Amino acid sequence: MSLTSSTSPTADAAVARAAGGRELPRTRGMFRKTGATQDSPLVNAVLTVVLAVFAVIMVAPLVWMVSTSLKTKEGVYSLPPEWIPNPFVWDTYVRLFDDTFVLSGIKNSLIVSLSVTIIGSVFSAVAAFALAKMRLPGKNAIFLMLLSGMMVPFPTLMIPQFIMFSRIGWVDTLLPLIVPVILGNVIMIFFLRQYLHNVPDSLVEAAKIDGASYLTIFWKLILPLIRPAIAAQFILWFMFVWNDYLAPIIYLNSPEKQTLQVVIANMNVQYATQRDYPLIMAASVVSVLPILIVFLVFQRQIIESIALTGSKT
Amino acid sequence: MATTAPPDQAIATWTKADAKASRKRNAKLHRKEYVWAAAFMAAPVIGWVAFLLFPMAFSIYASFTNWNGIGKMKFIGVQNYVNLVSDPYFWKALWNTVFYMIGIPIGLALSLALALALSRSIRGRTFFRTVYYIPVISSLAAIAILWQWAYNGDFGLVNQFLAVFGIEGPNWLMDATWAKPALIIMAVWKGLGYSMLLYLAAVQAVPQSLYEAASLDGANAWQKFRKITLPMVRPVTFFLVVTNIIGGAMIFTEINIMTPTGGPQWSTASLVWYIWQKAFKNLQMGYATSMALVLGILVLIVTAIQFRMNRANNFSID
Repeated sequence: MSLTSSTSPTADAAVARAAGGRELPRTRGMFRKTGATQDSPLVNAVLTVVLAVFAVIMVAPLVWMVSTSLKTKEGVYSLPPEWIPNPFVWDTYVRLFDDTFVLSGIKNSLIVSLSVTIIGSVFSAVAAFALAKMRLPGKNAIFLMLLSGMMVPFPTLMIPQFIMFSRIGWVDTLLPLIVPVILGNVIMIFFLRQYLHNVPDSLVEAAKIDGASYLTIFWKLILPLIRPAIAAQFILWFMFVWNDYLAPIIYLNSPEKQTLQVVIANMNVQYATQRDYPLIMAASVVSVLPILIVFLVFQRQIIESIALTGSKT
Repeated sequence: MATTAPPDQAIATWTKADAKASRKRNAKLHRKEYVWAAAFMAAPVIGWVAFLLFPMAFSIYASFTNWNGIGKMKFIGVQNYVNLVSDPYFWKALWNTVFYMIGIPIGLALSLALALALSRSIRGRTFFRTVYYIPVISSLAAIAILWQWAYNGDFGLVNQFLAVFGIEGPNWLMDATWAKPALIIMAVWKGLGYSMLLYLAAVQAVPQSLYEAASLDGANAWQKFRKITLPMVRPVTFFLVVTNIIGGAMIFTEINIMTPTGGPQWSTASLVWYIWQKAFKNLQMGYATSMALVLGILVLIVTAIQFRMNRANNFSID
């Protein structure tokens, strides 16, 4: 606090002098409010500019993606590049849904990501409950065993998994994308188990004495407690499955069975030869948009749970 | 524990027979709990056995065979591994994969700087935080498609931007020297928001009193950064380095989308891309499996070294 009083008046005075000197008291008050801790307003102003420049760098490509999707095929090549399309071509989006596999891609992606995350969250939550709060000899060994799965990268497993699924005729169906991951997510189990350690054992014991079955305890007692943690992990998991690319391109061959990411990647190859960049960009916009909306709606939870990831590991 | 107490009316005549009955009842209750606990854990355990242990074991066997995935598996001993060592494409892919990791320290330094800036009382902090995070949540496939177009030598956004400063940019993805840096720049851009967020949380958790004490001792800003901030965010740095290395070793999507043929003079092909190519395009399943196992082992070794180093520095991650 003492630092503030020693540095900020000089800066305030400098700003006030620049402003003509007359408004000294008002500027002082204003700056004291914003520069609450030891930060000097001048440095903050410079940093704000730097942060703004970075913000532009971060969004410019995405804005450009949207802008390109609304241009004419020829407008894409205009130099210098135009940021506001002239004319606006909304028809590209109509073509996107009529002539390409984007719609079936969205459907397939939704089937996979929703079934995996909803059912998988139930399996994970139940397992985390048992691992944290129930008696079973060797349960810690089981937990370590599950955790070891995190150390094995998917590319190491993809070939034998592919062989397994091709033997039972599941290639070119959505099942190989769903079945191996629907049985529970180790990361989610890990976090829910951590979370449940803060819940006193006596709570569960009391419910047991009252004669509640384990399913009831889970459903009535545990689930409401861990709901926020589940929600945060659920969203992260959903985004991960939605954005996955490697597993879907291994299994899905027919265009109408592909997930959205594979559909747009294939469109990228197919339409680039026809120089139809607006259509390609429109497809990319459509694949980013749903997740972007989810993110903006659940921003707080997502950002908090991610910040937690770093501190809890 | 609670269930061991005998019923109220029985306390007066608590005999050996009662104790025995109680134990029996207890054992029954415990057994019931075990059964339920086992049932609750069953799904992930089954998943682990069926989709991790079994494929792993199968992989190890398959890596010693010559096999196209459909026909008979012919046992050829360590031949695949011998071929691997003399396969220039394997080494090139491994080199490319390692090269991409240059992006990790760049990204971490940049995101720490941004986090430090954002930790100050700056107007619009939440807005900046959100904006930086948008590339992180965007699908990698879409981002790769977008950047492939942005790297277009004549009409791409990147070269148009450079032209403003009078720089004539290369034809990024068509140029053997610039293809890898192009992919690194994109990866840094996409990952920046994530690292920044973790650093921001860590920086804000540093007790203010440490800085005040340092100021009293006459430390300047750089010294405070070196001696307080950096050590305090170390656990996050460690976490990010480990996850980035594991993630970086898996790099595939952007390679396959932006440079479908492995790039000019094979300059962008990554290890996972090569494995995928061998397994699913050339149908050399045995050989691809041996490479996939080598990749898994390399990741494991690097992670183990990281953990060892972290422990040597006597810093708990908790």
